[in-house]
Amino acid sequence: MALAKQKMDTTEARLADVVVPQGATWGNAVRADAMARVRQMGLPTKRDEYWKYTDPTSLTAAGTPDAAVFITDEAPLFADVDRVKVVFVDGVFDAEASDDLAAEGVEIERLADAMDTDIHWAKDLYGVLETRGQNPVHRPLAALNTALATDGIVIRVTGKASKPINLIYLHNDASSDAMLHNLVKVEAGAEVTLLETGPAAARFSKQLEVEVAEGGTFHHVRAQGRDHERRAVTHCFARIAANSTFKSFTLTFNGVLTRNECILEIVGDDAVAHVAGVCVGDGKDFHHDDTVFVTHDALNGESRQVFKKVLRNGATGVFQGKILVKEGAQKTDGYQISQSLLLDDDSQFLAKPELEIYADDVACSHGSTSGAIDETALFYLRSRGVSHDDARNLLTLSFLAEALEEIEDEGLAEDLRARLEGWLTRHR
Amino acid sequence: MLEIKGLEVKLEEEDKQILKGVDLKIEPGTVHAIMGPNGSGKSTLSYVLSGKDGYEVTAGSAALEGDDLLEMEPEDRAAKGLFLAFQYPVEIPGVGNMTFLRTAVNAQRKARGEEELSAGDFLKEVRAKAKDLKIDADMLKRPVNVGFSGGEKKRNEILQMAMLEPKMCILDETDSGLDVDAMKLVAEGVNALRSEGRSFLVITHYQRLLDHIKPDIVHIMANGRIVKSGGPELALEVENNGYADILAEVA
Repeated sequence: MALAKQKMDTTEARLADVVVPQGATWGNAVRADAMARVRQMGLPTKRDEYWKYTDPTSLTAAGTPDAAVFITDEAPLFADVDRVKVVFVDGVFDAEASDDLAAEGVEIERLADAMDTDIHWAKDLYGVLETRGQNPVHRPLAALNTALATDGIVIRVTGKASKPINLIYLHNDASSDAMLHNLVKVEAGAEVTLLETGPAAARFSKQLEVEVAEGGTFHHVRAQGRDHERRAVTHCFARIAANSTFKSFTLTFNGVLTRNECILEIVGDDAVAHVAGVCVGDGKDFHHDDTVFVTHDALNGESRQVFKKVLRNGATGVFQGKILVKEGAQKTDGYQISQSLLLDDDSQFLAKPELEIYADDVACSHGSTSGAIDETALFYLRSRGVSHDDARNLLTLSFLAEALEEIEDEGLAEDLRARLEGWLTRHR
Repeated sequence: MLEIKGLEVKLEEEDKQILKGVDLKIEPGTVHAIMGPNGSGKSTLSYVLSGKDGYEVTAGSAALEGDDLLEMEPEDRAAKGLFLAFQYPVEIPGVGNMTFLRTAVNAQRKARGEEELSAGDFLKEVRAKAKDLKIDADMLKRPVNVGFSGGEKKRNEILQMAMLEPKMCILDETDSGLDVDAMKLVAEGVNALRSEGRSFLVITHYQRLLDHIKPDIVHIMANGRIVKSGGPELALEVENNGYADILAEVA
């Protein structure tokens, strides 16, 4: 009780001076409700079970330590892809740098404009999936994002989108502290690919709420930028209807602290939900956390969680993944794998795989491993003339292959594979 | 081609001497066979020559065309022209067989200061050589050795050998796990590679492989040493009488 009181006091103290953005219409009430949720739940602390392996202190603090802007002469990711570029600089939409927010099959607007429109589809989605996702586990940082997000983009997909939409998050200010909230509503039978790239800010809170209607398809490929000092907490909430497909892949390089939460709910029969991630981290300051919660609440659903981490020089990786199969969700096929490749004895991987099943005719499996490079395979490659370092790269990429294969578009997968190879080559 | 003098090797981790003074000289263009009972040190010899970790050379030397092999990294030995066909080829999930072959071929060419093979030339060559070994397109696409049968794995070893064009080929129990047809196919692959500039060291338990790959010289290895050398007839003697007579005779 004393602890709960202390937590509430800390939360109140932290939120005392926080100003909730005000708009013209429905947004104000939604934000006020979200703020009330945060106050009721309290901000997370490392005493919380859900934050046992990741210290949220620097994510909840009033300010953030600076993060040096990372400069590289590498071409931007997906530069060769024909896409709609939507650019944010330190969390602020940049119309100049962005393309026209238009493509066949999609309607794209700024969040602020949607919130200033009295009758708007976004009202039925903004904060709605987040609220649903607060049960059974509290996610106060997501509610805080709903309350305070200052910018974002809302996308309604009405047909087969003619090209991918690429949200590009640039980071120019070493002390920026950004909160973005994006929505995607995929109408029945519609299809879109959402790309997200870049570090965004010194500290970045980002939420994505995705509604996939019957027979819809949502592909999501994300690469969190290479900034070494970046801190990020991201939430992805998705509600997946009958016969629809949701596939999300995230690649993370560097950063000091990253917590990616993905909360998926299959609510219609014969739906598919895949979430996958690769992270590569170097050094004691690297901490990466994938937290996933997949709920099956319909017949014949298929879900996959595939997470792979490469850790070296004392880096830490965390995976908390759950499959919840509700009563009646028969014929569910749930799969979960989390694996780490530890390139030295100092790095660590903490995994908490969970299954909770209330239906009796399901196939669910999970596995988690930590291991080093296979010395036998390394020798085999070297005996064929491949240098030690190249052989190690090859084996590391082969370790990551199962996760990368979750990306359906081969071109996108190849772009990310090339970046991974570059990272591995630089970190020898 | 290959000259081994007084080679003594122990396990790195424990105090166990495996090779106790091996002498072997292989001339260019010749095929040597080493036969011997289990635990005689045959496989260890192949591993030490190719540079596997876990062994400590306590005495002696091994040179390939005059260059000290034992000082080189495994990849440098390969670039120099040494090839080991593994008794148990390693499965590498996630690495396509074709990618693997091309990486290996070009790594060796680069190490020797030669130009890398273009994608087109490589493809043409690999397809022709794969066809001879009855390796289909699917096997080339699949991850290295993953889901391959015993025979497919061994054929894949020979394909690598054919592509890498080494000078000194060591075949470590390439006949193990093969049925007669698969063995014939593998042997044909090896025979096709026989040439004046290329030597072979064939390690085997049984004489039957040597019916297909005809050796010039046969050595009997026992207890970490080569105890007897002779012509192909030595292999027949083993086949007929086992090792016991020979070992008793040299003891």
